[in-house]
Amino acid sequence: MVEPNQSFVNFSERTSLKVALVGNPNSGKSTLFNALTGLNQKTGNFPGVTVDKKSGFAKLNNTLTAEFLDLPGTYSLYPKSLDERVAFEVLCNTDNADHPDITIIVADASNLKRNLFLVSQIIDLKIPVILVLNMMDMVEKEGDVIDTIRLSEKLGVKVVGLSARNKEGVDTLRQALLQPLPVPQYDFIEIKKIAPEAIEKVKSVLKVKSDFIAFQIINNLSDISYLHNKEMQIKISDALNTLVIDTNKLQSLESVERYKVINRIVEDCITHKSAIKTESFTQKLDSILTHRIFGYAIFIVVLFFIFQTIFFLSAFPMDWIEQLFVSISELTANILPKGELSNLLVNGIIAGLSGVVVFVPQIVLLFAFIAILEDTGYMARVSFIMDKLMRRFGLNGRSVIPLISGVACAVPAIMSARTISSWKERIITIMVTPLMSCSARLPVYTLIISLVVPQNKTLGFFNYQGLVLMALYLIGFVSAIGSALILKWILKAREKSYFIMELPVYRTPQWRTVGYTIFDKVKLFLFDAGKIIVAISIILWFLSAHAPGDKFDEIEKKYQISAGVNSDQRQTEALIASEKLEVSYAGMLGKSIEPMIKPLGFDWKIGISLVTSFAAREVFVGTMATIYSAGNTDNTQTIREKMKAEKDPETGEPKFSVAVGFSLMIFYAFAMQCMSTLAVVYRETKNWKWPVIQFFFMGALAYVSSFIVYQLLK
Amino acid sequence: MAKVLKNLAELKIGQSAIIDSFTDKEMALKLLEMGCTPGEVVKLDRIAPFGDPIAISVAGYLLSLRKAEASTVLVSPI
Repeated sequence: MVEPNQSFVNFSERTSLKVALVGNPNSGKSTLFNALTGLNQKTGNFPGVTVDKKSGFAKLNNTLTAEFLDLPGTYSLYPKSLDERVAFEVLCNTDNADHPDITIIVADASNLKRNLFLVSQIIDLKIPVILVLNMMDMVEKEGDVIDTIRLSEKLGVKVVGLSARNKEGVDTLRQALLQPLPVPQYDFIEIKKIAPEAIEKVKSVLKVKSDFIAFQIINNLSDISYLHNKEMQIKISDALNTLVIDTNKLQSLESVERYKVINRIVEDCITHKSAIKTESFTQKLDSILTHRIFGYAIFIVVLFFIFQTIFFLSAFPMDWIEQLFVSISELTANILPKGELSNLLVNGIIAGLSGVVVFVPQIVLLFAFIAILEDTGYMARVSFIMDKLMRRFGLNGRSVIPLISGVACAVPAIMSARTISSWKERIITIMVTPLMSCSARLPVYTLIISLVVPQNKTLGFFNYQGLVLMALYLIGFVSAIGSALILKWILKAREKSYFIMELPVYRTPQWRTVGYTIFDKVKLFLFDAGKIIVAISIILWFLSAHAPGDKFDEIEKKYQISAGVNSDQRQTEALIASEKLEVSYAGMLGKSIEPMIKPLGFDWKIGISLVTSFAAREVFVGTMATIYSAGNTDNTQTIREKMKAEKDPETGEPKFSVAVGFSLMIFYAFAMQCMSTLAVVYRETKNWKWPVIQFFFMGALAYVSSFIVYQLLK
Repeated sequence: MAKVLKNLAELKIGQSAIIDSFTDKEMALKLLEMGCTPGEVVKLDRIAPFGDPIAISVAGYLLSLRKAEASTVLVSPI
């Protein structure tokens, strides 16, 4: 029944409207957000916290544009985790820049009881809301009936039933935003009965919209940042000073009371088809997918398939992208007059952009798989069967995917760590994933293995070279797990690690959701991490393309004089490039670190390659080719021969001995020589502290290990 | 007859029980908001291959939690 004193809000005359979406994880909130806004979305940051803020725009009629804000998924409004705090503060604090005019609460109708808990808390904030009952198709399929009119009367809010997956009812929701909305008037539970005195005291010093807000302030005074650094916080704690407050007890009482009311409402509004539930499809599938043998077997097959696909399928588009950028640079070099500008554009900016775009195929493929795994509900089962194994190393069941995809590339792998809800477990996963042997290390490994490891076979079928390569992958994995163990002891948990998680029912994946996820991740990478990568790429270009004074000119002059004598044009160019690199800033850097890297068996030539490898590990091969003036970098045969012929000036022995080779491979296995990974780690943690720690930690690990290897094998 | 209380982690697969109380206040809050309220019927649905975590049916959905978490929930088997 609409109460006589019920007040309404009406925004249909406005030109802009702020709408927030809030709801439980797995309630289909993001699907609805996508259905409402389409691709008209942007990702930002909530001020002061490292929580992504997704918002999007949509026209509701000719004059009114609504801004939709996708709040983080949460089960309650207790501001314990960062996500919950953001949701709580945006909704509670009317002064918050993101405080909405209308709040859409998305509830999974097939799981109404638990979803109504958050609904009831938001109703008690006394803000205008629309309750969306999502997944109504599932309810109908099960043969259940939800009386939405009755539910709306009981809750005192507008209720819209829809199915965001099929886009059914989304238009009704859009219309509902333009109609007068009832503002909740009465308390869902009599919160005042739980803490009468304390609520009175808070209300005596602070004007709040509802008793529940006062109650929340009592329980979470130190966690509510909008009261921080304000006299108000002191005032409130002074007012509450005389009372003994057991916040755990108060919140328990609140939850129990809420569920009492919810149980009555659910009983009133839902008619179940049959009381006895037969074993559902989900249960049947679960007994296979979480089986002690089949469960792991299937998971390994899934991983193998994902990994193989990313590894091999992405190679083609990556090639095309590289070729495209080569054509673009050739074209630019031809159009523009030779000089500094053309040089900067071709070797700095275009090369940098190429280095960014080349990651896109891997990101697309990995996130296509991850979105499918998440959307079907399988990912939750993976966590379920992997949790105990991973927990020992301070990791989480969900760390498996990032770790394994790190074998292809750490960039998308680190981006995929976002599904790990525990802060500590997520940071550990991000920190150790780059130790997994990524595909960019492969060209370095193959070049050096072919130099120092004989092609002989042992036991008749094991190829030495293959064994060494496998050992390198194993070293990557073991060091990742080992480092996780170390970090587990060092890092302090910000919040208690819970594994209290819903196992959603299995559903067929939605291609639209998969598409949005891919689009989102690619955009995020290109614009956020891409900026940093291009910037570093320009710096690296500057270092290797410039030298102090007129040293480059001198080299050119020298070869002009001898031009008549040496007839091989290509050979001359290669020699010029080699000498130029030697005198460049990068060359100076390589030479200046020589004393430092000598104990590892490296000379300044390797030093330069270490510097330029920072753009990407495989650049090592190209730089070596330039230094040894091998000319054509596509032909590794020449580089190999030149490197093989290189003699150690002190001993006269071949420079690339077994000791140097292994030391170098170990260095590449551990060192953080990838600016793209660092950029992504910064993007995902939003703090330079983590990539910096990672850089130095991995650097130290590489240095010490290479030192030991070289000194032992020397 | 006096109630015989067990903790949730001690149930057998397929066994149902009624939630009685909690032994850890903080954990209780988290479980309460997920719908594990006193009086609610829960059923142990399955146990992960290495004995941990477990999955229970509660409030009409499937919830997974670690054994350490489940052991803070006292239940009376039915």
